[in-house]
Amino acid sequence: MSTSSSPADPRPSASPAVAAADRLAVVAAGGQVEPEVHERVRQTPAVLEIDRFNLWYGSKQALHSITMPIPHGKVTALIGPSGCGKSTLLRSVNRLNDLVPSVRITGEMRLNGDPIYDQRMDVIELRKRMGMVFQRPNPFPMSIYENVVYALRIDGESRRAVLDEVCERSLRGAALWDEVKDRLGESALGLSGGQQQRLCIARAIAAEPEVLLLDEPCSALDPIATGKVEDLIQELRGHYSVLMVTHNMQQASRSSDYTAFMYLGRLIEYGPTTDIFTKPVLRETEAYVTGRFG
Amino acid sequence: MNSDSLRARRRRSTHAALAAHGEAWVWLTGGCLALAMAMIIGLLSYIVSEGVATFWPRPLDLLELADGRKVLGEETGRDTAPDGSGRRLVRTANFELTGKHFEWFADGEVKATTRPAEATVVERLEGGRFQGFPSRLLHGDEVVATGGEGAWQGFVAHHPDVRRRWREAWRIDKGDRGDLQRRLRAARLAVVRAELASGADSPARAAAVAAEATVAAGVAEEERRLDERTAALRADNEGWGLEFTTAPGETVVLPLAEIVRAWQPNKLSFPERLGVYASRWGEFLGDDPREANSAGGVFPAIWGTIAMTLIMALLVAPFGVLAALYLREYASRGPMTAAVRIAINNLAGVPSIVYGAFGLGFFCYVLGGSIDELLFRPALIADGQPTFGTGGLLWASLTLALLTLPVVIVATEEALSAVPNSMREGSYACGASKWQTIRRIVLPRALPGIMTGLILAMARGAGEVAPLMLVGVKKLALDLPIDGTFPFVHPEREFMHLAYLIYDVGFQSPNSQAAKPMVFTITFLLVAIIALLNVAAIWIRGRLRRRYVSQQF
Repeated sequence: MSTSSSPADPRPSASPAVAAADRLAVVAAGGQVEPEVHERVRQTPAVLEIDRFNLWYGSKQALHSITMPIPHGKVTALIGPSGCGKSTLLRSVNRLNDLVPSVRITGEMRLNGDPIYDQRMDVIELRKRMGMVFQRPNPFPMSIYENVVYALRIDGESRRAVLDEVCERSLRGAALWDEVKDRLGESALGLSGGQQQRLCIARAIAAEPEVLLLDEPCSALDPIATGKVEDLIQELRGHYSVLMVTHNMQQASRSSDYTAFMYLGRLIEYGPTTDIFTKPVLRETEAYVTGRFG
Repeated sequence: MNSDSLRARRRRSTHAALAAHGEAWVWLTGGCLALAMAMIIGLLSYIVSEGVATFWPRPLDLLELADGRKVLGEETGRDTAPDGSGRRLVRTANFELTGKHFEWFADGEVKATTRPAEATVVERLEGGRFQGFPSRLLHGDEVVATGGEGAWQGFVAHHPDVRRRWREAWRIDKGDRGDLQRRLRAARLAVVRAELASGADSPARAAAVAAEATVAAGVAEEERRLDERTAALRADNEGWGLEFTTAPGETVVLPLAEIVRAWQPNKLSFPERLGVYASRWGEFLGDDPREANSAGGVFPAIWGTIAMTLIMALLVAPFGVLAALYLREYASRGPMTAAVRIAINNLAGVPSIVYGAFGLGFFCYVLGGSIDELLFRPALIADGQPTFGTGGLLWASLTLALLTLPVVIVATEEALSAVPNSMREGSYACGASKWQTIRRIVLPRALPGIMTGLILAMARGAGEVAPLMLVGVKKLALDLPIDGTFPFVHPEREFMHLAYLIYDVGFQSPNSQAAKPMVFTITFLLVAIIALLNVAAIWIRGRLRRRYVSQQF
C-alpha cells in the first residue's frame, strides 16, 4: 500500500459558480468540489487527522481526497446516503481495510500525531489504541466476562484483580453492569441484541482507546435498544473521542458534537452539529438533513 | 397485448399454477425422503431383527420320516420347493455322525413332528452343535446318574465345576505361560542386543548368555510347576462325560470339559429362556471366538474396532483441522488453492483398497521397516520377524486417517467459512493477531461443524474393510492391542475388526449356514457401536453448539 500523495491533484479549484450551483451534480459527474469545513472545526484540537486520503477498491475509487480533523474528546458523526464511503473511511482509521486484498490507498492519517499508514506502524498495536463497534452486534463465542476483557487477554494480561476491575469499569461505562453483574460467566450469545451491542461497546472501551469508532451501532437494534445505546453515546461524550457513522439524522443531531456530510466518497460539509442541522452553509446539506434528498 | 388477455392466458396455464403452488415439489421432495427413510429403516430393522434373534433358544423338533428315519433338529427356515410343496430347513447338527449341519425335508416326507421335553442342545468347544437325549452321566467307570432326567440333573450339578477347572487351566496356558515366553524372549533379546553393541565374543555378550541360561532354567522350573497344575486340573476333569442317545439311536459320550453350555429348549420356561439368551450374549460380547470365528465371542474384534476408530479420530482430527485452517484462513485465494481443494475432494473418490495398498507399501514397509531397523534391530534378528514392519493397529489407524482426511478437511473448511466475518473483524479491531483470532474466536465457533466432519469420518472409517485387510486386521488375533502387559499399548500388534469379521464369518466360513445368524449379530453389533460413537460425538457437538454458536436476537 502506498502512502505517497494522490497522483491526481487532490484539490481542484472549484469555481464560485460551481460552488453556488448543485455540487452534488458535479460530484455525480465525477468532478471535484471544495469541502465546506467550518472554522470552529479547524480550531479544536484533533485526536485524529485525516489528510488528503484516497482509497480504491480495485479500480473503483471509494474515497476522494478526504481531509478532516476529528476533535479530541468529542462525538463526531459521519452522515450521508448509502455507499458514500462513511464506513470505508471508518474502517480505514483502524486499517481493517488492510484485510481486503484489492484495497489501495494514498494520503495520510495521524492518530495523535502518529502516522497510521506509516510502514513502521505496527497495525496490531495501532488497533489496540482504538476501539470499534460494528453495525451488527458481534459478541465473541465466550462468556460475558471474557468478551469484555478480550483485548487484555490477547495482550497477555492474566491478573484476576486487573481483569475484574477492567470488566466492571467497562460494563459500568457501557451501562450494562447492573443487568449482567450476576451472570458474567454465562455465554454472551444469550444476551438480547441491545445488550450485545452495549457489550461490544464495553469491549471496545475496555482498553482505554484513544478514539472510539462506531459503525452504525444502532442499525440492527429495536427502538428501545437504540435509545439505550444513544444514551450511552451521550455518556461517552467527554470521556472518549468518538467517530460515529450513522444513517439516522435524529441520532446524529442528538448524539454528536460535530457532523460531517459525505457524498459519493467526497466530504461535502463539516461543522458543529447545531450549525449543520440548523444553518448549514450549503443548500445540498440542508436538503439532505431535512430529508428532501438521499 | 392488453392486461386482460394476459390475465386470461395466465389463468389457463395450469402448469404454471401447479409450479406456483408448489404442491408437486412438496410431494416430490417428501416422497424422496420417505423412500430414503423406508430403505434405511428397512435395512436397519432387518439387521436388528435377525441379529437379535440369533441367540434366542428355539425348540427342537423330532421328525419321523416316511422312510423310518428319525431326525432331531431346529427348524431354521421354510420355503416352497420348485414342485410347489413346502419344505423346511432343519439344523440337524451332529456333524461327526451325519456329515452335515443342515438338511432340507419336504413336508411330504415328514410323518410326525413332536417336541420331546428331554431333547438337548449342546454347544461344544469343537465340532459344532450336538443334539440328542441325555441318558447317563459318567465319571470314569462309575455311572453317576442314569435316566434322562437324572443324567440332566447330574450334568447341571457337575458341569460348573468342570468348566471352572477348564477355565483355570486355560487361563494358566494363556496368561502365565505367556508371561514365561515373554521373559524368555526378553533374555534372548538381551543377548542379541549385547552382541550388536559389543561384538560376538565380548564379555557383555557372555554375561547376557549366562543371564539367559539362568532365566531359561527358571522358566523351565516354572513351566514344570504350571504343567503339574494344569495336568492336575485336567485329570480332575478327565472321565466326566455325558452319554447321549441321538434320534436315530446312536450312543455318544461327550466329555463335560468340552461342553460350553447345554439347554433343553422344549421345556425351558420364559425366564430360563431369557437366561440362556443372556448367557449366549455374554459369551458373544466377552469371550474369544471359537471354531474359526463362527461361534463363541467377538470381544477382541470389538476391542480392535473401538481402539482403531478412536486412534484414527485422534490422528485425523488435528491433521485435517490444521490443513483446513491453512487452506481457508492463510492461503491466498487463487488457482493454486482451487487446485488443492479439487485434489482433496477427489481424494474422497479414490477406492479404499488403494489406500490399503499405499498403507502397506508406505506405512508398513517403508516407515515400519525403518523403525524396525533403527529401534527394533535385536527383535528383527532374534525373532526373524518385523515388529512395526508389518500390518498393525497404528498403521491401520493411519491408513484410515488418510482415507477419512478429505471428509474432515472439507467439513472443517465449511465450518470455518460459516464463521461470520464480523466476528473476525471484531477480534482484529480489538488488536488481536490472526492466530489469536483463529484460536480464540474462529476455532471455538467452528468446533461443532468440525465435530460433524469427525462424526462422518468415524462412521466411514469404522465400517471400512478393504484397506484393513492389507494393513493389520487378522482373522484371529487374541492378543489385544491394549492390555495389561507392559507397555500396555501395543500399536504394532495385529488386531481383529468387526467389519472384517463379517466378511470372514459370512464368506470364508466352512459352515456358512450356521454362520449366517452370526453375521447378522456381528453386523448389528458393529452398527450399534458406530451409532454409540456417533451419539457420543453428537452429544459433545450439541454441548459445544449451545456454548459457542446459538445466537438470539
